[in-house]
Amino acid sequence: MTGGVLGAMRAVFVRELLVFWRRSTEVMTALVFFLIVTTLFPLAIGPERRELMLVAPGVLWVAALLATTLSLNHLFASDYQDGSLEQMLMSPYPLSAMVLAKIAAHWVLTGLPLALLSPLLAVQMALPTKAIGTLVGSLLLGTPTLTLIGAVPAALTLGVRGGGVLVSLLVLPLYTPVLIFGAEAVAASAGQGFASVAHLSLLGAFLALALSFAPWASSAALRVSLD
Amino acid sequence: MKLIHKYAAPKRFYELAGTLTPGLAIITVVLFVSGLYLGLYWAPPDYQQGNAYRIMFVHVPNAWMSMMAYVAMAGFAAAGYIWNVRLADILAKVTAPLGASFTLTALVTGSLWGKPMWGTYWVWDARLTSELILLFLYVGYMALQASIDDPRRAAHASAILAIVGVVNIPIIHYSVYWWHTLHQPASLTLTNQPKIYITMLIPLIIMSLGFMFFYLTMLCVRARSEILWRERHADWVRKLVGLET
Repeated sequence: MTGGVLGAMRAVFVRELLVFWRRSTEVMTALVFFLIVTTLFPLAIGPERRELMLVAPGVLWVAALLATTLSLNHLFASDYQDGSLEQMLMSPYPLSAMVLAKIAAHWVLTGLPLALLSPLLAVQMALPTKAIGTLVGSLLLGTPTLTLIGAVPAALTLGVRGGGVLVSLLVLPLYTPVLIFGAEAVAASAGQGFASVAHLSLLGAFLALALSFAPWASSAALRVSLD
Repeated sequence: MKLIHKYAAPKRFYELAGTLTPGLAIITVVLFVSGLYLGLYWAPPDYQQGNAYRIMFVHVPNAWMSMMAYVAMAGFAAAGYIWNVRLADILAKVTAPLGASFTLTALVTGSLWGKPMWGTYWVWDARLTSELILLFLYVGYMALQASIDDPRRAAHASAILAIVGVVNIPIIHYSVYWWHTLHQPASLTLTNQPKIYITMLIPLIIMSLGFMFFYLTMLCVRARSEILWRERHADWVRKLVGLET
């Protein structure tokens, strides 16, 4: 195999896209979940546009966060079951690099569509048009962080009983900073606070931190789980 | 270093903890009794909060201990993960429920304190909120620990979680603070405490030391029973409980 680490990462990335694409229902589940959860809120709160507008940033962000959490189970599970993860462990390239490629592919298929779908739901939730750009931007910055952080509990709970619920339990407390700044950014540009640039910068900082820390931590977690 | 190696063997630690426990327990009791006496009788009532502030002597030490216990747990867990020390795994495991109970006590006393101060048991105060998230982190750690049967894998997996948690705690803490300042609450908060008076500070310090020694006592007791359980097939335990002579 030529191309060293980058070649290996690209191979993993392409393979992941292909595998996920062939099992596209799994990808769609998270998106449909996002759609349905957001639809539930107007039903529970009432169709009043002013009330919806107030809760829209929070609702959209919580729904996106839950959808991402739901999709975490697909990140390593099937590769764990069919033994591909063990093959990756034995390859000469660093596991963290390949985990990063896996996470990137996973985000392209879950986080990215989520962010692209969000304007539609924003209209549904009566979010002011000027805030839609911030919503998409904050989701584009925030969801990769969510997937990166979530990869660690996803790797830790491989083959553990009650793994799915356990992942949510472990990961949701860790998501609070991203949720705070993501929802705050949207609320700010919807005209309920200050400018959203500061929040978006902080989301970017979280992403940079997670990028440097999470692949390493989740590959350590995979080593423990596959031991 | 030599001393650490000597006592890192579970059997040796079992004996060491056994001899230390009574002394630690006595120190704990003395500190608690004197701290409570000074806090409840000697310290003057607060000019604003009256006698209601006295719950601080339980609340504040518990809040401190809840964070210190998490750092201790992560430290033990990291030591167990890096150097493969079984004793450190055990100490990390038994610290988790202790830390969680400190957190819960801090939350309960905090909301009891909140009733006379804020007029309600719960406000989304920055400290209470980050304390609540800390409780969730403890619960997650214990849930992961409990769901893996193999003790070594359980220890290593939860060690990674604890280390990730310890990196995240400052971020969570400051995020919650920022979130709180953005949504300026109308009510009075405990964040801007006036300078504490020396007659209130002394009982507070004594009570904090008391809770610290309480933690050490319980750490010894719980680690001893965990060691007995893990080594239940070893000869020395079977002899100890009279199954073998």
